Amino acid sequence: MRFSKKSWACIKISIFLLSLTPFPLLVNDTLQDQLGANPIETLHFSLGDWALRFLCISLALTPLKKLLQQSWPIRFRRMMGLFAYFYASLHFLVYIVLDLSLSWENFIDEVPQSPYILVGLLTFLLLTPLALTSTKAMQKRLGKRWGQLHRLVYIVGISAIIHYLWLVKSDISEPLFYAAVMSTLLGFRLILYFKKQRTRVE
Amino acid sequence: MLIKEKPSILSSEITDKAIFQNRRKIIKAAAGLSIASLLPSIASAEQAKKYAAVPSGPYSANLQVTSIEDAANYTNYYEFSTNKKDSTVLAQPLKTNPWTITVEGEAEKTGEFNLEDILKNNPLEERISRFRCVEAWSMVVPWIGFPLGAMLQQFKPTAKAKFVEFTTMYNPEVMIGQRGKSLDWPYVEALRIDEAMHPLAFMATGMYDEDLPKQNGAPLRLVVPWKYGFKSIKAIVKIRFSETMPATAWNKMAAGEYGFYANVNPDVPHPRWSQSRERILGASIFTPKRKTELFNGYGEQVASLYTGMDLKKYF
Repeated sequence: MRFSKKSWACIKISIFLLSLTPFPLLVNDTLQDQLGANPIETLHFSLGDWALRFLCISLALTPLKKLLQQSWPIRFRRMMGLFAYFYASLHFLVYIVLDLSLSWENFIDEVPQSPYILVGLLTFLLLTPLALTSTKAMQKRLGKRWGQLHRLVYIVGISAIIHYLWLVKSDISEPLFYAAVMSTLLGFRLILYFKKQRTRVE
Repeated sequence: MLIKEKPSILSSEITDKAIFQNRRKIIKAAAGLSIASLLPSIASAEQAKKYAAVPSGPYSANLQVTSIEDAANYTNYYEFSTNKKDSTVLAQPLKTNPWTITVEGEAEKTGEFNLEDILKNNPLEERISRFRCVEAWSMVVPWIGFPLGAMLQQFKPTAKAKFVEFTTMYNPEVMIGQRGKSLDWPYVEALRIDEAMHPLAFMATGMYDEDLPKQNGAPLRLVVPWKYGFKSIKAIVKIRFSETMPATAWNKMAAGEYGFYANVNPDVPHPRWSQSRERILGASIFTPKRKTELFNGYGEQVASLYTGMDLKKYF
């Protein structure tokens, strides 16, 4: 797609604002007491949902680039990845501040008893270096290793799904939906990888 | 052009239904009785809740009650939906009147009973109790109903009756959640006979001085306050006395996660999460979770049911 520099800036700002919208809406619902009987749970789950959605979107951009044979989807990859991290951070903060009441005692008592929370923490930990090295400067500095480091996102994608699947009591339809999306996105890369291997052999 | 038509009758001119229905009383009062007797009857006509006059029972707890908005819009009723809010809407088509309960098994008086007849023999009382869900949240509900044991005695269980099993209605046409496989339908729960006869075990037909909302298990549900909420089965259509331990719904689904006893116990975590604290429904987001108590705080009354039993093994 050919747009002027100015148009791209406009498009980027619009996408940024659109991606940010869930946040003020949740803040508003919290202030207006519109989160239902279990407000922390509502807040916590919606932030987790948004983190997962943005993770899926950011992982969809490379396949989209290949399918369309156009480079523009990559322009949004960093922003989408950072939004995934933004919502994941809020999701994490709600757990630490509101659920555990910032108590180390509660953390030690409850977290080891909850495998899905351990996996969630791991997911968040793995996502952190990716967010920190997302700048252009870091990309240049790390060179080839930047790409290697950012392959961690594949593990993040898988562990995020396990985190979700593991907390559900019986109806796993929603986590399964995300599992299907994630499998498609990661499977695409796997197929591409094997194709490359084959052409190399030939 | 926009033409605004005035409604011929203003809504403010229409007699309030409650006052209208009270018309006879007003006429009677005006005809013979003193004016003073008229005043309270108008006042009570404003907001007469169906069970406002039901007395508080001996086991009612002195706890701060959860708002009805929270208690009635946060229900686990997988027969309709696995979403706690959706069941509020989806449960409404359920027809709860008339309602028949089948009594089977090790008892002298078995057969089909109308709920109306059961209610005639079981005077209502109010019972405020804390309800603790296995998902680590709790609420305090003012139930209306009667002790379970007193009702069960009326069916004259025999010496062979070691357990009581309850079954929820199975009707996938209305209970659309039953079309899926979120649980093995119909929902079944059970108690040991001594647990069922304990005065704290309760049959609820109402809450907050009104009939039970459909999403909360109308017209008849169990309330076992010292056990996790999934034991408190909703919309009961069958009661069976048995000699052997019945297979129960959540236990069949995941035996390692949901035991038959399901006594509230902060020291026995669910395999996937802690049970040491619980979130209080309706509390502000900065209210810390409450520490969960053994037997949900009813240990003094019920602990003797489990003397000598390893609560970690029989969770």
